[in-house]
Amino acid sequence: MKKLTILYSLLLISAVAVAQAPDRSAPPALGKAKNLQLPAIQKFTLSNGLSVVLMEKHSVPLVQVNLLLQTGSFDDPAGKEGLASIAMDLLDEGAGEYDALQLADEIEFLGAQIGTFSRAFSSEIDCSTPVSKLDNALKLMSTMVLKPAFAEAELERVRKLRLNGLLTTYDEPVQIASRAYNRLLFGEDTPYGRFANEQSIRGYAKSDLESFHQRNFVTGNCTLIIVGDVTKDSVTPLLEKYFAALPAGAITNAAKPTPKQVKGRTIFLVDKPGAAQSVIRIGKIGTSRGDVAYNDIVIMNTILGGSFASRLNTNLREEHGYSYGANSGFSFWPVAGPFTASSSVQTDVTGPALGEFFIEFKKMLAPIPETDLNRGKNYTALGYAGDFETNGQIAGALAELVMFQLPDNYFNSYVEKALAVNKKGVEAAAKKYITPQNMLIVVVGDRAKIEEGIKKLNLGKINVLSIEDVLGKKPQL
Amino acid sequence: MKIIRTALAAFLLLIACRLSAQELVVPYEQFTLPNGLNVILHKDNTIPRVTVNMWYHVGSGSEKPGRTGFAHLFEHILFEGSQHVPEGKFDQWLEAAGADNNGSTMEDRTNYYENLPSNALDLALFLESDRMGFLTQSLKPTTVDGQRDVVKNERRQSYENRPYGKASLELPPLLYPKDHPYSWTVIGSMEDLSAASHQDVVDFFTTYYAPGNASLSIAGDIDLKATRGAIEKWFHDVPAGKPVAKVNPPAAVLTEEKRVVMEDKVQLPRIMMVWLTPAAYTPGNAEMDLVGNLLSSGKNSRLYKKLVYELQVAQNVFAYQDSKKFASEFYIVATARPGVSLDKLEQVIQEEIDKLKNEGPAEREMQRVKNLYEAGFMRQNESAGNKADQLNNYYYYTGNPDYFNEDLQRYKAVGSSDISSAVRKYLGNNARVIMSIVPEGKTELAPTKLAPKN
Repeated sequence: MKKLTILYSLLLISAVAVAQAPDRSAPPALGKAKNLQLPAIQKFTLSNGLSVVLMEKHSVPLVQVNLLLQTGSFDDPAGKEGLASIAMDLLDEGAGEYDALQLADEIEFLGAQIGTFSRAFSSEIDCSTPVSKLDNALKLMSTMVLKPAFAEAELERVRKLRLNGLLTTYDEPVQIASRAYNRLLFGEDTPYGRFANEQSIRGYAKSDLESFHQRNFVTGNCTLIIVGDVTKDSVTPLLEKYFAALPAGAITNAAKPTPKQVKGRTIFLVDKPGAAQSVIRIGKIGTSRGDVAYNDIVIMNTILGGSFASRLNTNLREEHGYSYGANSGFSFWPVAGPFTASSSVQTDVTGPALGEFFIEFKKMLAPIPETDLNRGKNYTALGYAGDFETNGQIAGALAELVMFQLPDNYFNSYVEKALAVNKKGVEAAAKKYITPQNMLIVVVGDRAKIEEGIKKLNLGKINVLSIEDVLGKKPQL
Repeated sequence: MKIIRTALAAFLLLIACRLSAQELVVPYEQFTLPNGLNVILHKDNTIPRVTVNMWYHVGSGSEKPGRTGFAHLFEHILFEGSQHVPEGKFDQWLEAAGADNNGSTMEDRTNYYENLPSNALDLALFLESDRMGFLTQSLKPTTVDGQRDVVKNERRQSYENRPYGKASLELPPLLYPKDHPYSWTVIGSMEDLSAASHQDVVDFFTTYYAPGNASLSIAGDIDLKATRGAIEKWFHDVPAGKPVAKVNPPAAVLTEEKRVVMEDKVQLPRIMMVWLTPAAYTPGNAEMDLVGNLLSSGKNSRLYKKLVYELQVAQNVFAYQDSKKFASEFYIVATARPGVSLDKLEQVIQEEIDKLKNEGPAEREMQRVKNLYEAGFMRQNESAGNKADQLNNYYYYTGNPDYFNEDLQRYKAVGSSDISSAVRKYLGNNARVIMSIVPEGKTELAPTKLAPKN
């Protein structure tokens, strides 16, 4: 055995000798980047005309099945704010032969999750299930889709939950800031500036929910999005079995108004006495998802406030220590959505922090250095694949494809397009959207401590609001 | 943590980390470097991404009274540069490579991770090895001051400017004996944060941030042999540190019921009932995780069904366990509807606890809860990043990175009588903390029940 021992020792020594102290004089170069190559997007229709979008992914034995509807909260009629949300919420409160408790028990026993919700422009029923339980999971999901009970008792129960939820927003500075901002930016005569309130919550009737369901759950308004451990052949029979009964039909939602742009610069200070921090929202109307300069704008925003090393975060958090974090973002809607810069800052530096936002806005109008441009492009482009790891993430991306009618090769060609963004495009985007003289400013904080500091900045007229000015009179429950 | 998750997301992540897999296979390689660093590698080529995850086996539990919040402040400082990484470059270089990164501090450990395209692995190894081996050479007092202010704002944003946030700050000294490692919060007090000096930071680093006190876990699109070579290269000049003294706390036992009432800027009163339960991965711990789910997971759970669905006296209710190395805590948290007193909530909660003490759950109920666990774990392991962290988690708490199936067994083995037995043993009436949070000026909404005499 001596020979073997010596041989082993020699191997060990040579292995150790190979490793040497690394060169730390500069960060190592990146290796060759691998492209994102997603599996094919398979599109087909069921016998009733319901569209299906499928991507196979066999890495784990799970399936995501989402029903996407192109009706959302912004389609709520005036006076019925929150209707889409509560109608979707009630889908799992009893359907077909199952009451609310039975339905929950059946879903959980499978180890499945079925969530229902509405967003601004769309609504979804999302089902995640082990593939071995797919048949039963789809049975429960389709029962919710086709035969929701909308029982009066459950409606009352959920209504109470929502009224109490409304009550708690009076203490939540982030919620208050968000509602104030939307209302002031868009105006109450648009759906974008309205939100569920005591009157609208008290007003939903069972007939409203039934009408919502009858109108919106038709093939022309829906798409089934499927990602996971299935094939077209294995899943189609189940989809036919459970969703062919979805009524054929089409709807047209009322056209959404085009938001009016901010003119001038006004500050709205919502008084929250004793607040440890001030919540700041600054912005204006941005642009729509279909804007041809979309990639330029995304990368411009990454530089300003779309990542940890962005200018806003570096300034407010790293350089000044005013905040735990600052950021900015564009909401890309079917119509022009908002551009918003945000932070929660220490109360006693609210004035200076607000000033720093405007210093960074002005800086964005100067020529943008190559290092900033490359970092912004690379963070967006080279990090893109990370958004496509789980079934849920991919299903979300496919929903975007459907909503905005993006081409099938959109994801696989995105990295190349993002890397092609140039200095000229990014600077043009900055000049168009970062307009320090025309911005809405909302601050929720302790007026007694912060008003003077804000006045000193001479940014514009300060309007003081109470929390009830923003949210309405506090419900008496 | 550098970028905050909401309290709910953090709680879900906490629970997810304790879950188990259904026949889950997570093949890995493990080896130790000459300087003591433990390394775990798991290959998953689903997408061209990789997660580099480093655990240092130090947390707020290693702090001393008067310097609370220190491990977390130190975590922040670790992102501010090292000898070969100028201040600000850590994040800039990673973003320029298409990576995002973060970290988190808890009582038992501090973790750091980068999610990257697989072609940037060397960059992450360069950065992690540089801050492990060469942090203090370039560390300036102004850096400590800057991060001190950031952490104070994190405390304001996460606790002080949030309804019910302050209550979480009050609980640790009520639950644990004086000087116990868990008797202060991870975020620390404002006074102690102000007192932390540049020298304190240097000492903390030298004492705790040694390769022998750490574990590197890499999961994703890697070549095992090439990755091992890269790690050996980048960590070659990181010196071995001194052995780290183990934390050795006295046993944590509650010997009485403590009742506390706090006023806060809230609309609805809330009750928090807290007990001490068995430490992570020890007998009784899995049972209590399942008790949490039985009590509040889903519409049919005991407390949700009674309080929120049937009686409609609570706006919400959460029951969950926070498992740690030396002890765990079990919480029942319920928010009252307007006009409902916390007496009513406490009474109903006690009734449900007593029911479980007397009779374990029915077979279908047990199976439902277990099925949810298994499925949840499958979902967890869709992500290479989660797997990387879980491997490090299992290694730290059990010594075995591939503890996935053993972990599952802990839950599968629990029977109905085990549940009632655990509830009798760990959710007693005479050893717990009951914290009530009421709107300012409304102390009459607090529970009126006096602490029991015996």
